[in-house]
Amino acid sequence: MNILRKKSAANLPFSETAIELFIRLCGISSIIFVFGIFFFVFREGAGFLFNGLDLGQFLTSVEWQPTSLNNKRYGAFALIVGTFSVTILAMCIAVPFGLGAAIFVSEFCSPKLRETFKIIIELLAAIPSVVWGFIGLTLMNQLIIAVFNAPIGLTMLNGSIMLALMSVPIIVSIAEDALKAVPDSYREAAEALGATRWQVVYRVLLPAAKNGLLAAVLLGAARSIGETMAVLMATGHSVNIPSGPLSWIRTLTATIAAELGEVARGDEHYQVLFIIGILLFTITFVVNLIADLVIKGIRQDS
Amino acid sequence: MKTNSQNGSQMTPIIEVTDLRVHYGDKLALKGVSFDVYQNEILGIIGPAQSGKTTLLKVINRTLEFTPDATIEGSVKLDGEDISTISDVYGLRRRIGMVQPLPVGLPLSIYDNVAFAPRTAGIRSKSELDVIVERCLQQAALWEEVKERLNTLGTQLSGGQQQRLTIARALSHQPEILCLDEFSIAVDPVTTMRIEEVLKTLRTEMTILLVTNLVQQAKRLANRTAFFLNGDLIEIDTTDIIFSENPAEQATYDYVNGTFG
Ligand SMILES: Nc1ncnc2c1ncn2[C@@H]1O[C@H](COP(=O)(O)OP(=O)(O)OP(=O)(O)O)[C@@H](O)[C@H]1O
Ligand SMILES: [Mg+2]
Repeated sequence: MNILRKKSAANLPFSETAIELFIRLCGISSIIFVFGIFFFVFREGAGFLFNGLDLGQFLTSVEWQPTSLNNKRYGAFALIVGTFSVTILAMCIAVPFGLGAAIFVSEFCSPKLRETFKIIIELLAAIPSVVWGFIGLTLMNQLIIAVFNAPIGLTMLNGSIMLALMSVPIIVSIAEDALKAVPDSYREAAEALGATRWQVVYRVLLPAAKNGLLAAVLLGAARSIGETMAVLMATGHSVNIPSGPLSWIRTLTATIAAELGEVARGDEHYQVLFIIGILLFTITFVVNLIADLVIKGIRQDS
Repeated sequence: MKTNSQNGSQMTPIIEVTDLRVHYGDKLALKGVSFDVYQNEILGIIGPAQSGKTTLLKVINRTLEFTPDATIEGSVKLDGEDISTISDVYGLRRRIGMVQPLPVGLPLSIYDNVAFAPRTAGIRSKSELDVIVERCLQQAALWEEVKERLNTLGTQLSGGQQQRLTIARALSHQPEILCLDEFSIAVDPVTTMRIEEVLKTLRTEMTILLVTNLVQQAKRLANRTAFFLNGDLIEIDTTDIIFSENPAEQATYDYVNGTFG
């Protein structure tokens, strides 16, 4: 007994330090990777960014003519608008569906149905984005033509539906975790006060789980902003300020994906694509920052 | 089982339990118990762990329905009406106030905690809610301590304050019956005494079912006391007799005097 105790007392500090070291290494390396990626992207674009690019034109002009022989223009405004509008529309579709499904799965459905649901949602999450793009290109295209009597179905709406279908599984699974994390005692207490199931949901569960639900929505949005393949295939990929859901658009990500293969390395056009990369980086950074601040604000409120 | 009711003036039964059996799956948790609860009495319910006390309370406010494999046989009547046939189960639950062993502050402000049940019942007017909130917090002896900070989170109160908040909340829908399940488990003795004083004054307005792990608490407060053991109702009688030198059952005597087991 005595020996045992001595042994473990001697061992404990070593294993503790080893684990601590490992965890610290993981943490530091992830920071290094992020900085490394940012550094690489920045280096590729920096030359032109500081010397030659008209930043005002880049951010405000809708003329994206990188390959024109006599009138080269690098105006990314339409691409920025394209990215944001397709994402916002996608969120308008995905958030009600995602949160609704999460509430249904965690609060209203039988355990058996819940298992089936979870499998389906995991399946949805596992579909590669190029397959979604393909569905957008064929099925959804024809559907939109038929329903809206539109000339072409490859539109912002099409891309948004594809993005929504891709982010719904993320939103559902994170939101469901957040709802499941609310202690059952809250549900029981509220029900003992005569609340109906639905009153329990919107008076107790939603306020209690709001941080997790917000995180679910923001991660869904981040997925949409970063998505490339599906929007490239489904949105018409045409530089345009959209006038409505049936306009075609082009996004920042799709532009990089479509053009990077055709430019000469080090070329102006090549560098502009990397500047778009920097812009995307900045956007996601700002979104994450806002998310952090919002969540912190909520914490302080409560 | 021996029943020896006196107490002539208040003999209207508000709850009539007849041959109540509760199964959790195959396990029998209440083995056919029958007793009445009279209007405006405090009925103390004592008994060791696992004896079915919490189960009994859950049957009465029909929250046992959330336990998937629980089955109920026998009947419980509230004001002469079989509760299993009441279609407005939410209305039924509002006729009964329930206080849990550990305070469950809903993640809402103090005000919203107390206004919760009135709101679910459809009361919208701010002035009406203000009156209810103040009355209930007064009744639960918490008003003076929180009146300046009604909008802070209920969960930021101390344990004892939170338990009084749950009592205020249980009173907010003006229940006919108040059920307390071992309310003093997480509360200091001074607060326990304050809550006991509160219960004494509430007795005039409602009927109280007091499940308690402190037999002395039943002795201090209850008009009658029921002793449960392993799902059986061993004895129910006036508190004086249960705590006397000769209750009907030896087990009762042993449990009350701490020589049990
Ligand atoms: N949800 C449940 N599923 C299965 N069995 C249960 C459940 N709840 C209670 N039981 C069983 O029913 C019996 C009575 O439990 P109950 O909680 O009513 O006892 P109690 O008298 O309140 O005990 P305590 O003093 O510990 O609170 C116990 O044997 C318990 O194991
Ligand atoms: Mg109990």
